[in-house]
Amino acid sequence: MGSFLALGLAWLAVLVVSLVARIGPQRVIRGSFIALPFVFAAFPLIFTKHGDPLGSIDLGLFTLRISGEGIRIVATVTLKSWISVQAAALLVFTTTFHDLLEGLARLRFPRLMIAIVSLMYRYLAVLTGEASRMMRARSARMAEQAGARRPGVRWQARVVGNKVGALFIRSYERSERVYVAMQSRGYRGQIAHLHERPLALTAWATLCGGLLMAVMFQFAARQWFPHS
Amino acid sequence: MTSTSANSAFASANGAWVDVAGLHFRYPDGFDALKGITVQIAKGEKVALIGPNGAGKSTFMLHLNGINAPSEGKVTVGGMAVSRENLGRVRAEVGLVFQDPDDQLFSPTVYDDVAFGPVHMGLKKDEVDERVTRALADVGLSGFEKRLPHHMSIGQRKRAALATVLSMSPSVLVLDEPSAGLDPRGRRELIHLLRDLPQTMLVSTHDMKLVAEVFPRTIIMDAGEIVADGGTAAILADKDLLEAHGLEQP
Repeated sequence: MGSFLALGLAWLAVLVVSLVARIGPQRVIRGSFIALPFVFAAFPLIFTKHGDPLGSIDLGLFTLRISGEGIRIVATVTLKSWISVQAAALLVFTTTFHDLLEGLARLRFPRLMIAIVSLMYRYLAVLTGEASRMMRARSARMAEQAGARRPGVRWQARVVGNKVGALFIRSYERSERVYVAMQSRGYRGQIAHLHERPLALTAWATLCGGLLMAVMFQFAARQWFPHS
Repeated sequence: MTSTSANSAFASANGAWVDVAGLHFRYPDGFDALKGITVQIAKGEKVALIGPNGAGKSTFMLHLNGINAPSEGKVTVGGMAVSRENLGRVRAEVGLVFQDPDDQLFSPTVYDDVAFGPVHMGLKKDEVDERVTRALADVGLSGFEKRLPHHMSIGQRKRAALATVLSMSPSVLVLDEPSAGLDPRGRRELIHLLRDLPQTMLVSTHDMKLVAEVFPRTIIMDAGEIVADGGTAAILADKDLLEAHGLEQP
């Protein structure tokens, strides 16, 4: 039970921050549905764990045993991932992309990964723009003639396939051009970075406050439910 | 090579800031892209590079900061040979700006992009900041530091792309199609900007009006060779020469 108390407190904290940031819980919760696949991944645990049997389902070939311990684990995994994703969504809503990258750098996240993420972010808009221009060019030529048969699914699938291929090649060629542009400005295979600014006092305070809060949730859970 | 009378006034071998001698370049597939380019550009000179698509203009420009290495011949900038040992210093000296600003601007914010060159030159934060501010002011984009490239107009992105090399304080600017895709106002602003910048310039373009307005000297390239090099007025007046190489008068 203790873990549920800690998770509940954590969720409350996310809720309060979302209200303070004037984002509201709805947007944060909507952004958190991306965690659903993890729940499905945890689902089989209900039957594969053995502790605390609650009943069984006879499927003819084999019998599924429902385990109480399994249900508890699935419930904590579900809540934990759901709250974590809400917290992540909240972070993305309240922080500029540039600050996020700087934060990752401070956490000693590998430079190369940060560079990849930053390039991905930069070129996402360019890529989607390119894709939508190709779509538009296709739609503009999707004429129909009265009485004529429309092309079949196989033909359409081939068109889509070709388009994906073309988009890949365009992106690949762009990456070559970007690389040349980077080389022209002194890039020799190592991403250089500016000396970091020292963290502001308020940032330190927030950081310590957050850590302290997490520790307190743990402490409260252990204090009130010492045996679970 | 069809040289016009004005040629001799510019082609002084001693005192040339950019000196290209007998440059040949062959692609790995055996295609001869450059067949003996020889050209001298004096410090502060502004030169237009024109010619049909596929003439080798871009291939040539990529030799000026060592992205492409010559198959034969030699390129010297500011007295330094463009070679593997000098690569870093040459790239600080020659600012190359590509046609598509989306290739040039690869960072999340304008600040990061303009700072990329200075940071790689190993400058301290204060100086990087100062250079970014100055470069953005030079192209009329003061206060754009935090902006995201994909939220800017094409004209603004073109100017930001120019700022990314100005921040490296290069003595030579090599620009590929700087006016392509700009609306009339953007073009006008670019013309003023190019006129005001003190750097030595080599600019490849199809925009003949830009050539006439900004550049005193013009080089025509076709099929990997320089076919004409001289005063812009004389070259642009030679209708037959222009038409023979797929160009037209402004």
